[in-house]
Amino acid sequence: MPAIQFRLNGANLGVDADPDQTLLDILRNRLGVTSPHFGCGAGECGACYVMVDGHAMASCEMPMWSVADRDVVTVEGLGTVEQPHPLQRAFITEQAMQCGYCVSGILISAAALLQRNPSPTEMEVRAALDRNLCRCGSHNRMVRAVLRAASEMAAS
Amino acid sequence: MTAPSPAPKLPASLAANPRLSSWVRFTGEGRVAISPGKVEIGQGIVTALAQIAADELDVEISRIEMIRASTATSPNEGVTSGSLSIQQSGRALRHACAEVRERFLAAASERLGVDASLLGVEDGTIMGPGNVRTSYWELADDVSLNHDTAAGASAKTVARRTVAGRSMQRVDIPDKVFARPRFLHDHALPRLVHGRILRPDVSGAKLIALDEATARAAPGLIAVVCDGGFAGVVADSEAAAEAALKALRKGATWSAGEPLPNETDLAGFLRSGPVESTVIDTRAAPASGKAACTLRRQYTRPYIAHASIAPSCAMAQWNGDRVHVWTHSQGVYLLRADLAIVLELPAENIVVEHMEGAGCYGHNAADDVALDAVLLAKAVGGRPVRVQWSRHDEMSHAPFGAAMAIEIEADLDPDNEIISWRHAIWSNGHTARPGRATQPALLAASEIANPYPRMISTNPPTANGGGGDRNSVPLYDFPAWTITSHRLLTMPVRTSALRTLGAQGNVFAIESLLDEIAALRGEDPIAFRLRHLRDERACEVIRAAARRAGWKPAKQSGIGHGVGFARYKNTGAYCAVIAEIEGAEDIRVKRLTLAVDVGEAINPDGVINQIEGGAIQATSWVLKERVRFDRTRITSTSWTDYPILTFTEVPAVDVEIIQRPEIEPVGAGEAAHGPVTAAIANAVHDCLGVRVRDLPITRDRIIAAMELAS
Repeated sequence: MPAIQFRLNGANLGVDADPDQTLLDILRNRLGVTSPHFGCGAGECGACYVMVDGHAMASCEMPMWSVADRDVVTVEGLGTVEQPHPLQRAFITEQAMQCGYCVSGILISAAALLQRNPSPTEMEVRAALDRNLCRCGSHNRMVRAVLRAASEMAAS
Repeated sequence: MTAPSPAPKLPASLAANPRLSSWVRFTGEGRVAISPGKVEIGQGIVTALAQIAADELDVEISRIEMIRASTATSPNEGVTSGSLSIQQSGRALRHACAEVRERFLAAASERLGVDASLLGVEDGTIMGPGNVRTSYWELADDVSLNHDTAAGASAKTVARRTVAGRSMQRVDIPDKVFARPRFLHDHALPRLVHGRILRPDVSGAKLIALDEATARAAPGLIAVVCDGGFAGVVADSEAAAEAALKALRKGATWSAGEPLPNETDLAGFLRSGPVESTVIDTRAAPASGKAACTLRRQYTRPYIAHASIAPSCAMAQWNGDRVHVWTHSQGVYLLRADLAIVLELPAENIVVEHMEGAGCYGHNAADDVALDAVLLAKAVGGRPVRVQWSRHDEMSHAPFGAAMAIEIEADLDPDNEIISWRHAIWSNGHTARPGRATQPALLAASEIANPYPRMISTNPPTANGGGGDRNSVPLYDFPAWTITSHRLLTMPVRTSALRTLGAQGNVFAIESLLDEIAALRGEDPIAFRLRHLRDERACEVIRAAARRAGWKPAKQSGIGHGVGFARYKNTGAYCAVIAEIEGAEDIRVKRLTLAVDVGEAINPDGVINQIEGGAIQATSWVLKERVRFDRTRITSTSWTDYPILTFTEVPAVDVEIIQRPEIEPVGAGEAAHGPVTAAIANAVHDCLGVRVRDLPITRDRIIAAMELAS
């Protein structure tokens, strides 16, 4: 099996993997990175989103060969308890979830949005999160949290 | 002489689990372990329960560790459902903690030589005059909690509570934003292997032959398990298990299955089957006048999927004739009872431990997958097996919320006042939960070599809130009524408990017809409702919602407003809603304004979160959701075929809580669904002038209703 080189949360990595194996499988089962969640296996729910070269993408459908030399960020790489990403802080402040299973994918979509558009409107936030499904109905809190993070980042 | 006052009544959960140490323990350095029997299913319950414990014990909430429910250690509180956890677990914990505090104060009094009445507790430190002090932890060795509760302790009065009643950040949320594994799905056990289950595409089809050869040759395969019609694979990785299952499916031969009803005529199907009929309630008028006219209306709602974002998952590990199960079931003891029947083992040989799953809205496949894991794990010695269902199976084999047909006849006098009301429900039963019958309710139990019959759903007794009949008895003071429930005795589509059971359908029907009658009379629908309510708390939520929404906003073209109200189960939370919708090509719900009264809101932000979530989920049900099927199989097996409301479609939701600290709290999780459904339907009429009586309210349904009206 060839070693596939990519960056994960800022670190260079070589992983021996079947090129057709999914990034989600490698992250969760090989590398112990569990924030991307399996939801549907068909790229329809967003629970498995990771950032690849700045774009939120479904890792459940992404074969390892397509990850070579790319930059992958998961929630583990966004921030820590000591140094939280403004989105993480805002999601706590707004209590922006119920079950939280979809939240890591939503944090990734939001982080990708804020990278390309640091001061989005509410409608732009909604549009950016529209491919992420939330079944508990916490959408509006999440939108508020993303807007809060954006204004906090603008102020700092 | 006065009569002796009766002994204070113990909370039911505490009476059933009286050992104090099963609820509260002081551990380590300054920690408190609180062990409720209720489980976190995304509703924030563990935080509210921690607040109650912190209040009664006078400790900072950060000292409290909430212990996940397990049959090995936890009190048996049945199932986490029905918006009852605050009522049941909350009351039990409040009482247990109050008694623990009293016992420690008595011990401190002895040690410090100070009368207990002079002692106070501050963050676990017990203090008295002259700066004498000790703590729960210093005294822990002296005060045994290995005692049954005595019905003497009195909890704090409302005025002395400082934690409960205030919004508090949930204790589980930091883990979830910092990606610390908290879900069962993320839990890695040493030597874990992976299982997948073979289930038919055709509804009711049975496995009649299985060629295992190809699957056995699959890389990474550990075992193929076949027990009658139950079959699955175990492999050393998830990907290998998926591949082996694919191979196994190719070798499967299935029976023809059982026909499904016609999805375009659900009412016809529901109203033609064999039923068990029950008169739920009657009220006879002292002297009812003669009806000038009778309105007869039929309302339907489709089967609705739980559709959690995560497919159901479980792990199981055998050790000799004992098995340990990790599950996101709503009831660890109830699941254990069913497992014991299937495995023919004493319950003591089985430990069922809860771990969080994705949001749970009722009886989904969590219990089913636990048995799947247990059966597969039998084949691999002592290694733990993790089984995860596919999205397809989650959307087709898990139980659905039951479809309903509801017919109401209202007799009206010449002034269009209601003089008599007849409400009839046709529906499958709304619950087939595990652990409550002599036969198991788990899917694989109906597939194994000595199968149990598939459990036909029943309805909980009306006294417990009922099932199909939930919220069918009007809270309004109509002079006469008859409420009848017809439960289907066949079940071609598997149904069990989904959030609100029958309440969503019944409230939709009642509130829609009330709106229609108010319009006939030319009376404001809110004034009409208030005139028929004798319950001041009911009136107050309606007035509050109306006030907050500026009822009734001036008429604008393309915009409609509607109202809906219910008291959940007629005994729980009061909720009133004003919906604002935009009716163009499709219906768009723009804003929902809600007022809710849960009595004492322990965590007000938690209550708002539940109401917001319920309102948005209900909007999704009303506008989009419907389990689809043809005559042989469920066809809505993906998010494409079973769409739910998305970020760009959700309405603004504005919630007002009417805080009543002096009134025992009730749950909030199911209060919004019925009223929101009705408010949207009534707003559609306000906007477009048509009544849509079949859910979901889609463009096709509106066109059909317009054609019917013209």
